[in-house]
Amino acid sequence: MSQDIIAPMQRTKSRTSLRGLVAWVVFAAVLLLLPVFFQGNSTAFTLLNVIGINIVFALSYNMLLGQGGMLSFGHAVFFGLGSYAAMHAMIAIDEASYAGEGFWAHVPVLGMPLVGMIAGGLVALVLGWPFCRRAGTAFAMITLGLGEMVAAAGQMFPSLFGGEAGIYGNRMVGPQWFGLELAQSSDVYWFIAFWTFAGVFAMWAFTRTPLGRMSNAVRDNPDRLQFIGYPPRNVRFMIFIAAGSFGGLAGGMAAVNYEIITPEALGLIPSGLALLMAAVGGLGVFYGPIVGAVVVTLMNSMLSDYTDASILYVGLVFLAIVMFAPRGLGGGIEQVRVAWRDGDLGRRLPGWLSGAVAVGLIIVGLVVLIELAFQATHGSDEFAHVFGVDFDAAGPWGWLTVVVLLVAGGLIKRATNKLREDQA
Amino acid sequence: MLELVIFSTLNGVLYGLLLFMLSSGLTLIFSMMGVLNFAHASFYMLGAYFAYTLGMYTGFWPALILAPLLVGALGSLVERFGLRRVHANGHVAELLFTFGLAYVIDELVQMVWGTVAVAYREPSYMREPLFTLFGTDYSIFRGVVILISILMFIALWYLLKKTRVGMMIRAALTHGEMVGHLGHNVPRLFMGVFGFGCALAALAGVIGGPLLATEPGMAATLGPIVFVVVVVGGMGSLQGAFYASLLIGLLQTFFVAIDASLADVFNALGANLDPYGEVGRISLATLAPMTPFILLVLILIFRPRGLMGELEP
Amino acid sequence: MLKSFFTLIAASLLLVQTAGAAETVKLALIDPLTGPMAGAGQPALEHLKFEAKRINANGGIAGKQLEIVGLDNKVNPQESLVQLQKAIDGGIQYVTQGNGSSVASALIGAVEKHNQRNPGKEVMYLNYAAVDPSFTNERCSYWHFRFDANADMKMNALTSYIAENKDIKKVYLINQDYSFGHAVSEAAREMLKEKRPDIEIVGNDFHPLAKVKDFTPYISKIQSSGADAVISGNWGQDITLLVKAAAEFGLDAPFYTYYGASSGVVTQLGDKGVDRIYQINEYYGDFEDEEMAKRQVNMYKETGWDFYYLRLSTLLDMFKKAADKAGSTDPVAVAKAMEGLSLETTTGEVVMRAEDHQIQLPMFISVMQDDMEYGAEGTDYNFHKVARIDRDDVTLPTTCRMRRPK
Repeated sequence: MSQDIIAPMQRTKSRTSLRGLVAWVVFAAVLLLLPVFFQGNSTAFTLLNVIGINIVFALSYNMLLGQGGMLSFGHAVFFGLGSYAAMHAMIAIDEASYAGEGFWAHVPVLGMPLVGMIAGGLVALVLGWPFCRRAGTAFAMITLGLGEMVAAAGQMFPSLFGGEAGIYGNRMVGPQWFGLELAQSSDVYWFIAFWTFAGVFAMWAFTRTPLGRMSNAVRDNPDRLQFIGYPPRNVRFMIFIAAGSFGGLAGGMAAVNYEIITPEALGLIPSGLALLMAAVGGLGVFYGPIVGAVVVTLMNSMLSDYTDASILYVGLVFLAIVMFAPRGLGGGIEQVRVAWRDGDLGRRLPGWLSGAVAVGLIIVGLVVLIELAFQATHGSDEFAHVFGVDFDAAGPWGWLTVVVLLVAGGLIKRATNKLREDQA
Repeated sequence: MLELVIFSTLNGVLYGLLLFMLSSGLTLIFSMMGVLNFAHASFYMLGAYFAYTLGMYTGFWPALILAPLLVGALGSLVERFGLRRVHANGHVAELLFTFGLAYVIDELVQMVWGTVAVAYREPSYMREPLFTLFGTDYSIFRGVVILISILMFIALWYLLKKTRVGMMIRAALTHGEMVGHLGHNVPRLFMGVFGFGCALAALAGVIGGPLLATEPGMAATLGPIVFVVVVVGGMGSLQGAFYASLLIGLLQTFFVAIDASLADVFNALGANLDPYGEVGRISLATLAPMTPFILLVLILIFRPRGLMGELEP
Repeated sequence: MLKSFFTLIAASLLLVQTAGAAETVKLALIDPLTGPMAGAGQPALEHLKFEAKRINANGGIAGKQLEIVGLDNKVNPQESLVQLQKAIDGGIQYVTQGNGSSVASALIGAVEKHNQRNPGKEVMYLNYAAVDPSFTNERCSYWHFRFDANADMKMNALTSYIAENKDIKKVYLINQDYSFGHAVSEAAREMLKEKRPDIEIVGNDFHPLAKVKDFTPYISKIQSSGADAVISGNWGQDITLLVKAAAEFGLDAPFYTYYGASSGVVTQLGDKGVDRIYQINEYYGDFEDEEMAKRQVNMYKETGWDFYYLRLSTLLDMFKKAADKAGSTDPVAVAKAMEGLSLETTTGEVVMRAEDHQIQLPMFISVMQDDMEYGAEGTDYNFHKVARIDRDDVTLPTTCRMRRPK
């Protein structure tokens, strides 16, 4: 537990290439099969599209934080500017195909993420050098300043950023490829799925390049890297550009999906979202941010239908993960996977299961507590509805339930700890 | 013109002092523990809300003392049961912890006190003018705020320079391990300093609440500026934080007061900028709230250790 | 792990869908319901729910019961599109929204495209507070109906009032630095020049949106400019802090504002706002009509929020009238019936102009006062009528060339 949270999980054996291939085949199969599950359900496709964008965004963020050890509060700058570039390109396609001539008339909208990627990379190339001298707090602060400045500039130059209302375009223009009309969100899904797969694969491949390895070195020991002849600043700069490019790629996907981009997309809130997704999913595992993007996106878009305290839950989940599971959800999955591979699963499963029961009880208890408290302070509804059960904040039963759940959870947790100690 | 200069100076100093009150605690925490506390402004907000609620029972002055004490105690608990646990996982984890904490505190405040601002105002006798200059009133409350800030600055200076605890803190700032080796309880010192820093933020909230506004967004807007003060001032330097606060306060107010656009400035310097173009049209007043961040980026590029700091962050 | 996510999604979607089965017509409010901006969206939601009860007691919308669904968009345009899709999938064909022109811009585009791409499943967007004039001018859309006066109409009404007031010779403009603030400033300068060429604009400031904590430097500037009146389109904390700073520095010039009565302002200003803050709006705090006054009191009692959005009541009443007239709740029929529809409200007759789908209505200048019979937000303060501006003095021509579906 007492390791730095962004250190990778230790690998006992190096993975054979065949196993690696299986993971990619499964990933592709999942992407291909998802539409079968959700046939005719456009909300599901809308959410899947958002998730796809956020997966690429969170992974590109983790190139900085998880792999390069650079904590950034301005990553949305690349996402947003990439998105703006793609949107301007989309508008150019619209106009050019209206006239029927010019370079843009021959560019398909499907390629917009590449435009975003180039823009993101260029912005990082232009801005990045002075920022990469140090990692750590200095980098965090300078990216915070950058984010605030670019977000303010977004409101100041309406000809480029469209003012508050942003700029908007139409994705159903230009040459059509593969018969994709891009009218419905289920059409857009194929576009998003392709670029998500391509983006994830490219970022994974990046970790395998010498530069990707070096980014881990600059995170773990910049001094030693300097001694062996690689200036850490150069390495950081290159990671910065790569992360900016992939952030821009996600932005380009967003431009096609939403058909609108506003200056808010450049600010601190979306930058914080990237951090949230990466950290919830786990910084030390490659696929951690993917898990994080799925969970956080669903929480963001669905939770507020059920409770007014949705942001509080997101915050608490984040806090709980930082405190009790610093490797994130991805770290947990990895732990199970490693145990299964080592044939250790049978021995460790009882401890994990009872731990999960304990955590589950505590979570349910806290949820009931928060809903009761919310109902007691706001009181617009007569009852707090939790999991289909109505609790009355005025009566004692709801509060008693909370106490019982929390105490039970605590006791099981204690028993679990003892069980694990005995095993060890 | 003269009245503009006088009042801009007074306003700038007042705002600067408020910023300093907020950032002095953060500077102590940051230099000692290496934690850039994202939730620091949230403790400032808690100070304002606590004082609002307490003030309904005790009046303004007792609340001025009680609210910071309460928030300080809360801060110590956060350090003891939250930060200390996360500490083992490195600075990034600590930063993430405070980042999440800020989220949660902001939401809890909304849950308890509602989403709309509360009517936290200074006592009515303090709304009278202290003096009137060129037809503009300067309220007693503003005078009181300046007085409290200066008193706090003196007390802080005395505490750090003249007392035993202050000596320990100063030693721990630069030689934390050595202080531990000498047999002092460093974790407890950390807890104390964290609580103390939060209490200072809360004090700023108690007087900043009526001065500005007591609403759920008050932390989010001031949070980043406090970081700027700490980083610009330099790590471990209260004096640096003091100068940085005043600098930012004055810079912001004077940028607003000067009626000029970017074109005016650049053309005076010999450049040729279209005064009606999209860039030239931007007025300095528009840029005022951006000045802290421009300053931050410039300082980090050209003088990373800050105005008075000895170490780079 | 992935599979459990699927079941989670499927389960949550199922909930949205099954709710759409009954014989109801649903109106979705897409506005901030959580987070720091929730104070803007929650009162609208409560207001709609409160008025829906009255509509339903009077026979509902074309015989169907009206149901209000709140969807949280966190004032984010992208998130709003996700919520719109959720609404559409839940069988909702009417959406309303008010906070943020960025969101409105996104929704207009999305609804337009959706209706083009999905004939037979049209959606109608009823805008209750996004006031960017372009939405009923160059960007006008057949599926968008605005129930609030746009920013230019408000300025038209306000400058008509100022033009009558001969004491005002110097005016100071202070606005937020983004498209809306610039539009307000520009409209003020143009219209004042036309109506009162002798008025001098002694200042025209823009400050960043929701970033300024201390407005005193701006107040010093206003003070030294010798302005007789200040015009501001500020909203949220930017208007509260501005007027508060003015009161503290003894600046007695009146503040003519767009959003002086929005939630939280009265509570925070207290006596500092009395006789200082004016607003231009479609209503004022103390209704002369007894039935309205009673409704106002009841709403505060029931929901804890003020009866701030008279236009939401107008919106629902017009919705009902249009649907009853069309005898259907199909958006195609309702939209057709809504064009040119007029309604008698407590403040006079209002008309939904067919050319641009912009409501035409009388407006009021009101000023904050103490010791009111019905105080806002549980205080003794509220806004009192100063002047009524007739519909003909509010209205403005439009450049809209409406593209109607065949």
